[in-house]
Amino acid sequence: MWSIAKRELQALFLSPLAWSILAVVQIILGLVFAVRVSMFLEPDFQAQLSQVANPPGITSLIAGHVYVWASIVFMLVTPLLTMRVVSEERRNKTLALLISAPVSMTQIILGKYLALLIFFGIMASVISLMPLSLLVGGALDMGQLFSGFLGLLLLTAAFAAIGLYISTLTAHPTVAAISTFGSLLLLWMIDWAGGSEEQSGLLGYLSLTNHYQMFLKGLLSTSDAFYYLLLISLFLILSIQRLDADRI
Amino acid sequence: MSSETLIAVSKLSRYYGKFCALREVSFEVKRGQVLGFLGPNGAGKTTTMQLITGTLAPSAGEITVAGYDLLEQPLQAKAALGYLPEQPPLYRDMLVSEYLRFCAELHQVPRAEINKAVNYAAGRCGLGEVFSRLIGNLSKGYQQRVGIAQAIIHNPAVVILDEPTVGLDPIQIREIRNLIRELGEDHSVILSTHILPEVQAVCNHVQIIKNGALVLNDTIDGLLAQMQSNSLQIGLRRLPTDLQGFAQLLGVESVEMIDAQHLRIGHSAAHNPAEAIAEYAVTQGLGLFELRPEQRSLEQIFVDLTCTEPEVMEEVA
Repeated sequence: MWSIAKRELQALFLSPLAWSILAVVQIILGLVFAVRVSMFLEPDFQAQLSQVANPPGITSLIAGHVYVWASIVFMLVTPLLTMRVVSEERRNKTLALLISAPVSMTQIILGKYLALLIFFGIMASVISLMPLSLLVGGALDMGQLFSGFLGLLLLTAAFAAIGLYISTLTAHPTVAAISTFGSLLLLWMIDWAGGSEEQSGLLGYLSLTNHYQMFLKGLLSTSDAFYYLLLISLFLILSIQRLDADRI
Repeated sequence: MSSETLIAVSKLSRYYGKFCALREVSFEVKRGQVLGFLGPNGAGKTTTMQLITGTLAPSAGEITVAGYDLLEQPLQAKAALGYLPEQPPLYRDMLVSEYLRFCAELHQVPRAEINKAVNYAAGRCGLGEVFSRLIGNLSKGYQQRVGIAQAIIHNPAVVILDEPTVGLDPIQIREIRNLIRELGEDHSVILSTHILPEVQAVCNHVQIIKNGALVLNDTIDGLLAQMQSNSLQIGLRRLPTDLQGFAQLLGVESVEMIDAQHLRIGHSAAHNPAEAIAEYAVTQGLGLFELRPEQRSLEQIFVDLTCTEPEVMEEVA
């Protein structure tokens, strides 16, 4: 399992894809961060803040903002990373090597998933360095920051699981990428139809964003974490089943 | 050479939808056997290999590899297998050394022995020169060799090679055949091929498969014996108009004219009339210039077995 994860990461970092994704994400989010910080420092904005009875802190305003953007950018990037994971193996006929080796399907899928998680972990950590840099000039609500970070990780882990599953369905990376993007976007906006209120029930529960919002507010609730874990295990199990079904 | 059975396949069937690719095939491969798997395109060679390596699930039947049931204990069974698929499973973006190392890890070679295993496999397949090159940049022949190195890296009891000499030059083919013969000494090797002389060169057992059923399962020696057919071909400068003279010789059963100068003489298995024919031809002054036993080539046997018309199909069904 570890050797599969290691190879997967190796392949990722040997291709320019991983580096360009890291660079692009960093540039976009760096810009978001810089604009937000400079806006925060505007006298006008400070004046507005002082008028509000219970003003949001620097952590919500800046770190929260960066994390919201990060989640959107990650959603766009996930399909690019997950598309080739299994479909390319299928296309290059290398899947036979893994299947005829003494590793189970579960280990193959988990190994590949682990590699994706490590990559997203690196990406999320690098992003988090930006809000952390604010520590130089002020105090941060570390609890809220950590909760946001955890939320981002869980969210992207869910993205990755969905992407991995879709990648097992096809031999064409492009098809996998487009379907993954579509599914993620659908899950993202699934509660829009339910109206603006939170009472949109099932659709609201299914929405990826609703749960993420809670983490950003600094609310660590097991039900939200559970939602992500449920989603992740569902799609991992589906992936294993799908790969197993290949043999039949 | 011990006679331990390394692969046992019994009543193996495989359907693709309604299409039956393999029908109740049973065979055994023992340690020290090199089994050549022959068959026309679409006969089920690759399917059989995929089934044995676990990359396909059988519709019915049992497969045992090195004493482990492939379905019950897949990991142990697969650990005893080395498999080179039709298309070598190579990651084009890895170096040969990295790739072999990955394969060794994947096959659970102990960490301390990985270097040794990698060097051994690379040495055996002649990969020294390309050891630190990108797989994607190698020629087809070298890629094929990397594929074979991958299959033997963990020193498996059973090596399964699907058309291993495709795309190699004649010298490489000889090297690979030598390698396969060496492997056959202490492993079991199954190799599928459509190059018939290759089977004669490296295998000691032959199986011919046709339409998903085994039509021949024999040792090479048995096959060679089959190839000895009971007929002689003689060439005469002055062919007599009356062939009765030949027919009266001891052992001769039939005389047949091939062309203006050649005769085919069928004889009984007990008496080979070659000597008598020569004497007769000399005394009659027929100008004997050729006298040779006719041999059926492996190709002929193959064609006879696989190209027979529908009645055999029904027999199989």
